[in-house]
Amino acid sequence: MVLQSSLKNCLQLSCILRTPKAGFRSTTSGSLIIQSISNDVYQNLAVEDWIHDHVNLENRQVLFLWRNSPAVVIGRHQNPWQECNLRLLRQKSIKLARRRSGGGTVYHDLGNINLTFFTTRKKYERMENLKLVVKALKALRPQLDVHVTDRYDILLDGQYKISGTAAKLGRTTAYHHCTLLCNADKFVLSSVLKSPYKGLKSNATPSVPASVKNLFEEDPSLTCEVLLDAIAEEYATQHHIDHHITLINPADETVLPGINNKTKELQTWEWVYGKTPKFSISTCFNMVYKDSVLDVKVDMDVKHGRIEVCNIDLPEQWLPPALCSELVKSLVGSKFCPNETTMLATTLLRVCPQDDELHNRWSLLCENMVMLM
Amino acid sequence: MLKTHGKRYETSRLEIVQRFDVLLVIIFAGVLFSGSSKKIISKFYSFELLEVCIHRVRSCSSIRFIKSKYVCVFDKSALKFSHQQRLFRTSAVSCGQIVQFKLSDIGEGITEVTVKEWYIKEGDSVSQFDSICEVQSDKASVTITSRYDGVIRKLHYNLDEIAYVGKPLVDIEIDASKGVAPEEDVVETPPMSHEEHTHQEIKGHKTLATPAVRRLAMENNIKLSEVVGTGKDNRILKEDILNYLAKQTGAILPPSPKAEIIPPLPKSETLPAAPKDKARKIPVPVSRPIVFSGKDKTEPVTGFQKAMVKTMSAALKIPHFGYCDEIDLTQLVQLREELKPLAQIRGVKLSFMPFFIKAASLGLLQYPILNASLDESCQNVTYKASHNIGVAMDTEQGLIVPNVKNVQVLSVFEIASELNRLQSLGSAGQLGTNDLTGGTFTLSNIGTIGGTYTKPVILPPEVAIGALGKIQVLPRFNGKGEVFKAQIMNVSWSADHRIIDGATMARFSNLWKSYLENPASMLLDLK
Repeated sequence: MVLQSSLKNCLQLSCILRTPKAGFRSTTSGSLIIQSISNDVYQNLAVEDWIHDHVNLENRQVLFLWRNSPAVVIGRHQNPWQECNLRLLRQKSIKLARRRSGGGTVYHDLGNINLTFFTTRKKYERMENLKLVVKALKALRPQLDVHVTDRYDILLDGQYKISGTAAKLGRTTAYHHCTLLCNADKFVLSSVLKSPYKGLKSNATPSVPASVKNLFEEDPSLTCEVLLDAIAEEYATQHHIDHHITLINPADETVLPGINNKTKELQTWEWVYGKTPKFSISTCFNMVYKDSVLDVKVDMDVKHGRIEVCNIDLPEQWLPPALCSELVKSLVGSKFCPNETTMLATTLLRVCPQDDELHNRWSLLCENMVMLM
Repeated sequence: MLKTHGKRYETSRLEIVQRFDVLLVIIFAGVLFSGSSKKIISKFYSFELLEVCIHRVRSCSSIRFIKSKYVCVFDKSALKFSHQQRLFRTSAVSCGQIVQFKLSDIGEGITEVTVKEWYIKEGDSVSQFDSICEVQSDKASVTITSRYDGVIRKLHYNLDEIAYVGKPLVDIEIDASKGVAPEEDVVETPPMSHEEHTHQEIKGHKTLATPAVRRLAMENNIKLSEVVGTGKDNRILKEDILNYLAKQTGAILPPSPKAEIIPPLPKSETLPAAPKDKARKIPVPVSRPIVFSGKDKTEPVTGFQKAMVKTMSAALKIPHFGYCDEIDLTQLVQLREELKPLAQIRGVKLSFMPFFIKAASLGLLQYPILNASLDESCQNVTYKASHNIGVAMDTEQGLIVPNVKNVQVLSVFEIASELNRLQSLGSAGQLGTNDLTGGTFTLSNIGTIGGTYTKPVILPPEVAIGALGKIQVLPRFNGKGEVFKAQIMNVSWSADHRIIDGATMARFSNLWKSYLENPASMLLDLK
């Protein structure tokens, strides 16, 4: 196969990446194709950030190839509660990441490849990049019916989306990245990208759902490796460079100084959930307790992922009003997060009368509240 | 007089600021004296001095012109000031020029974008290249950075409004003296909203670098004083930082702020430091004068901390007494070694806790008052039938205490597997209400982190708690008077003295101790 890696190549990369003016110590002064050896979505997103911040793209462009273990990636200005089934993500230990580019929500797993095209801001051209991908696919299998839409999607057979696009523009550099479905788990994809949360009102960027298909289904010989290779080949041809992919390790501080801080930042709650634009929830649910069904109405405003305003409407005297207002008071200011809500609610139980009936009702209310998050 | 003043003022900015008032007077007097069309040349004063004065002029709400007194002192010929008309206005509220910063071309023929996030607000100071806002257009997210240094005076759009390319985005009041030079040093400005500066003054020599370069250095834990600047006046450029980094092949960058002065990281980058980090940090001796400009940070108490505040405040009402002892776990250590692989085969990780928990439950059968609850008015004691033994867990977010239900009917293996379940849920942040409520007695294994004797706090509505220290190998005497190697662990109990007396606690502790020191005796009482 074409993938080559050696320590020499890694060092060469670091030299290339970090000496903008002094001239290139490498033999190839031109564009670069790099591939991540990691499948961690946070590490790979951090590499994108790092290249965006530190590499001078005046005289060259970079193509970054990466794949992730199961993860849901939402756009910069999206609302995770609106976009995916967070409960299911937690159950299946699927990671949730927020990228810095705009656009909609996608599901990644090892059957999906990600391509990032780095250029200067002036040379930012999404259509060209996508045409390159289509050209590579057609060169591989001329009979494949793939084309680029004006929404920057790639469609297979005129109706199935196999690639989605997003972009980030900074002061001097820009990147355009897209996915490509080779052999992803469509079942998990459709179940995690369906939000069960009702009553959400938000100005966050909504995703546009689409029917998807894997390239593998069209032609079983199209594996991720084959596709990566074809795209790298096409890129190399168009940029007049060797078809040579340099491997990078997103955890290596010597090659990418400062990368671990970037990785950590992408994993913080403040970034993933806290960057959600302000939204409100107005919903009601039924609780079945013993022989009666109770209606509960909940209204909440959430800003920066934290509850700003909270209102819980319960049937009168079902729970001591003092306790309910204590709960509401504790929730205000805390994260809109099931773990924290459970903690606060159970702590409040410690300081109230030890009554089994009360405890059962309280637990029921708490569990239902947590279902909203 | 002016000539001597001039030489002195080239040394340091601090001195300049101190002598500000005199100079202000001199400058204004000079303006008045020389007429509005004359120029005030900064011949005797460094450019920085003039900037400082201008800055102070801007921030004064009214300026009084001091006339005749000082005029006579000046020698006109020595006094050639270059005067920039825009600066010295009579209405001296703000002497800077307000520039409308227009939204620049995004590319691909895009004409409108949506404003998604503002990084600054009106009144904030910005430097060139600071991020102003995030806009979005058709799946592309764009970070708009400032072209100027100055103060934000107006935001033209609210969140989620549509902004147009070529139309004003924000109004910035810039320092007219500086214009739009690409790499300008920043004068002492009021505290920034999202950036903290450390002006590193080493041996009285200031390092020159733009805020963007300072941030890059800060992110990589680089001291500006160690970088060679290749820009004008030895200014440090971005390339210099990158070259410095390139030279550090194989050098391991320090992972967290050292004892020396590093500007505090923005809030989003700082994670609550785990106790492990604190334990490993070695204080580094510092041998040069330090200028520390860190600031206190106040945050509201929320979430886990809030929960702890509530619990511990309630615990205050309980009069605690403590009882400590030392347990010889030599035999238990051996037993566990034998049983560990058996549990492993069944897919369960066996620690010491299941033994401690089961022994505690056996003890509670004999001393049920320790598994009770006292009501609010202290009128009634409720003896709980179930032994729901809580286990204190240290998670990323903080202290959490799930409990193992009905230990009195569980085997050691069942307790171990339940503990495994609670531990994995706890670290994933997915514990449910049922796991976190209903506890009747608590054990805290703080010894996994360290410590010997502690003073644990009872978690209401319980009446007792035990904290276990670390297991150490210590010399002890056996029955024959010989010294042998013993595996010693310390236990510290706290109990509610309103209903529990010392004797009860002591007897319970002795029974618990005997089960653990001689594990075979547990077999006699297992149900």
